[in-house]
Amino acid sequence: MSASLKRGLQAFDEVIDASVASFFSSCVHCGLCADACLFYTETGDPRYTPIYKLKPLQRYWNQHYTLGGKIASYLGLTTAVDDAELAEWQELIYNSCTLCGRCSMVCPVGNDLTAMIRKIREGMAAAGYAPEDLIAAAGRAVKIGSPMGVRLPALKAQAAHVEKDSGLEIPFDREGAEYMLLLSSMEIMNYPEYLEAVARIMKQAGKSWTLSSEAFEATNTGIQIGVSDIARTLVKRVVDAAEKLRVKTVISPECGHAYTAIRWDGPNLIGRPYPFEVLHILEVLEQFRLQGVLQLEGSESQRLTFHDPCQLVRRGGVIDPPRNLLRMVADNFVEMGDHGKMNWCCGAGGGVGANESAAELKMQAFQRKKRQISELGVDAVVTACANCRIQLEEGLEENEMDLPVLGLTELLAEHLPQREKGERG
Amino acid sequence: MKSDREKESGAIVSQREETVLQRLRRQGISRRGFLKFCTATASMMALPPTMAPAIAAALGSATRPSVIWLSFQECTGCTESLTRSHLPTVESLIFDAISLDYHHTLQAASGEAAERAREEAMARYAGEYLLLVDGSIPYGDEGIYSTIAGVSNLEMLRQGVEGAAAVIAIGTCSSFGGLPMASPNPTGAMSVNDLMQRGAIQRRPLINIPGCPPIPAVITGVIAHYLTFGTIPQLDALHRPLSFYGDTIHDRCYRRTYYDQGKFADTFDDEGARLGWCLYKLGCRGPTTYNSCATLKWNGGTSFPIQSGHGCIGCSEPGFWDAGSFYEALSMPTAAATTATRAGVGVGVAAGALSAWQNLHQRNGARTGHQEVKLDDLERG
Amino acid sequence: MEVEALLAWARGPGFEWALLIMFGGITLRLIEIATLGRKRDLSLPREGKGSGWRTIVSRFFSFPLLATTNVITYVAGYIFHLGLLIIIFFLVPHIEVWRGVLPFTWGGLPTTIIDLVTVLTMVAMGLLLFDRLTHPVKRLLSTAGDYLAWTVTFLPLLTGYCTYHHLFFDYSLLLALHILSVELLMVVFPFSKLIHALTTFSSRWFTGEQFGHKGVTS
Repeated sequence: MSASLKRGLQAFDEVIDASVASFFSSCVHCGLCADACLFYTETGDPRYTPIYKLKPLQRYWNQHYTLGGKIASYLGLTTAVDDAELAEWQELIYNSCTLCGRCSMVCPVGNDLTAMIRKIREGMAAAGYAPEDLIAAAGRAVKIGSPMGVRLPALKAQAAHVEKDSGLEIPFDREGAEYMLLLSSMEIMNYPEYLEAVARIMKQAGKSWTLSSEAFEATNTGIQIGVSDIARTLVKRVVDAAEKLRVKTVISPECGHAYTAIRWDGPNLIGRPYPFEVLHILEVLEQFRLQGVLQLEGSESQRLTFHDPCQLVRRGGVIDPPRNLLRMVADNFVEMGDHGKMNWCCGAGGGVGANESAAELKMQAFQRKKRQISELGVDAVVTACANCRIQLEEGLEENEMDLPVLGLTELLAEHLPQREKGERG
Repeated sequence: MKSDREKESGAIVSQREETVLQRLRRQGISRRGFLKFCTATASMMALPPTMAPAIAAALGSATRPSVIWLSFQECTGCTESLTRSHLPTVESLIFDAISLDYHHTLQAASGEAAERAREEAMARYAGEYLLLVDGSIPYGDEGIYSTIAGVSNLEMLRQGVEGAAAVIAIGTCSSFGGLPMASPNPTGAMSVNDLMQRGAIQRRPLINIPGCPPIPAVITGVIAHYLTFGTIPQLDALHRPLSFYGDTIHDRCYRRTYYDQGKFADTFDDEGARLGWCLYKLGCRGPTTYNSCATLKWNGGTSFPIQSGHGCIGCSEPGFWDAGSFYEALSMPTAAATTATRAGVGVGVAAGALSAWQNLHQRNGARTGHQEVKLDDLERG
Repeated sequence: MEVEALLAWARGPGFEWALLIMFGGITLRLIEIATLGRKRDLSLPREGKGSGWRTIVSRFFSFPLLATTNVITYVAGYIFHLGLLIIIFFLVPHIEVWRGVLPFTWGGLPTTIIDLVTVLTMVAMGLLLFDRLTHPVKRLLSTAGDYLAWTVTFLPLLTGYCTYHHLFFDYSLLLALHILSVELLMVVFPFSKLIHALTTFSSRWFTGEQFGHKGVTS
């Protein structure tokens, strides 16, 4: 078997449902979704208008799922979707969309365009038009267990480091633990401080938790590339591990797409609800705060702002927790323009960050975030997604802005009382 | 018999040779009275008052033209309208200015004598007489539905039109077909214009003066114009004189301001009706009816239907009898909306079921026939 | 005579055909959409204020004017939609049409106000057409269907305006043309993007439910 137009179109058939039909029926070509998309606003290229990116699927739906369209194509009045068209659209569907969901918020007729980009990727991937880098990442995720190729020994080595530094135990495969922690490979490789931060917070809160040696990776390349079968395989690993360890809650790490994949897509991929709960780390910390088991001291006097990861706010519903948590330690917290559910994407989500062919475009898209940050005149930017964090760091560096980007969980952990720190060996 | 006929013919000749002014003077009407009439006529025809002397000069010198009035499928309402007007009126004056040689209601003669008078006038003034027609003409079944003295209306009109200088269709029936033409039109009734268009009668200059009945002053005004200028007045596409049919009732209606303000009577006895608000919602045809009722009014300028509290029924418009209820607003559809909607939904359900079946067949077929997309399937072979 | 016959046809059989095609088309389209169904979301819903109903309402008020580069679309878009609504439902002759097909009725607005609204609506539509022809995004997105939809929406306004002011033709002919133009609109409605007047409700509902499921108001 290999990818083919036929399989791609069959995937189009599979994803068409009442919502897709309603959305395409409703579009009046007003073009307002362009205003919501940073790929359009930062480049001015009208091809980056969200609804335009969906043109092949829209035409396919019209030709096969409306009587008028069926008659028109029977009479030869319309052209069928072909390989050349899909090849041309690859850039629009993968490189210029981070699935940030902003267009879905502004569409006057109420179309969820982002959901349809997710759907059209199913067809694109099955037809063989997924970007090489995403295919490779998916390969590593399936075969190795992590899109960045991080294997268990690497994680164990990092865990050992953390244990040594902090004197805290990093538990693996502990059955009956309350929480099972997932990580993103970016955190394992780039931000190991996160693991230590969680360990210390858990210790203070007195909660039992564990990592799974069978499923530690939270990110889901299958969702980003648009292959539900692969996404299901990856979700299944986590579900199997969580069920095996009989945990109550699975914690999604500071990664936006990982969260939506495991929290919202997962049950639909495996076809049943979970017997456990899935929470983002910020939701867990918010619960700790409310339970009074998250005690912090001292405060940051520097001017801070928070970059909302799209998948947490708009696509995830985690809007207030980061603000409540940040205010515990930040005296000088300022909101960015369009914060919360209308935030602007960093420009690298939805597989764009892992896609080398989009490297230049994502930096162009970053201009929006750069302007937002410069306008605020802040000393540091806090966020809660490793992917956003990498993009922010790269972007700020490229634009010669000397500004630290902090992970919220780590920032909070720094404010744990000293006696906790005293446990360090 | 023969000598009687000659006497009558002689009388026609002697009357005709008198000028209008001479005849009026003989009847004791002063020159001042005549000029007053001319001014009134000018104003009625929307001509400037300076035209009054010209009218006077023309009428004063004109010898009275022969007029033949043919009545077909009609109700005599048009004639009634003309004769019931109050005296002294411009109408009566104008009738002194023409020689009405045949009009089977008004003339004293009857039977063969009457028909002879018509034939003689037609022969003597061939190419000069004015032919007035009221009533529609039955065209179906070779016109057998209405005959006069054994001659079908169609044939009588055909003969009459041949020698006419111009034809004036009096009333809606002769102008547009009127009531006799209303669906299902059993006699195949047609207007004079229909017959001319169809070539059933010869074409002559035609003036339509529709109305059921027409306003008497409009009839006399048009005749006065013909007498004054020797031409027919400026007409619209439906052969109606623009000076009388140039505006709609609605445009000239004294209740128009209520229409613009959105004040309408909802029933014939509500507050709006008592306050004299617009009758649009009660079916008034003012907006689509071109006539002078709102300005010239009726019964010597006393009133007109809207002033009396009833909407215009559009009697002077083509096809008015078949244009839906007189009591439903003009914009109201006459369609069987519920039936059409139900039929539409029925058709939609059938077509929708068919299309949806096909859609689900394709979509669900794709879902059940889904082949797992594995890593190796992402590259094109 | 032809004019009267045309008007009679427009008010009678023409309107019947238009109703039949419009309702047939609407039924067809809605069945095509509804029968495709949607899979139940198996993920655990989050508590929140978002819902399909809420989004149906909230998207009527989606005017981020400050953040937009396309003021024409928002301003002219609102004017022309509101204008159409006012004209269709509050001009007394139009209310009489509704009275002819509905079991209830309501009061109208002064004709002079409707006249003004009509001019504003036509100007707004003119601007939107201009924008469609010149704005790079809209020009790229536009298809023949967009221009068809514009035309069949504009014609009733234009003919209605001419009818009221007796421009160019006789009132009867204008009224006939006006009614016929509305019938053309009715026929095109279900088979063009104009169907959004109905499907926007289902679209907003789907989106609102999806976002609401995640605890987000949209």
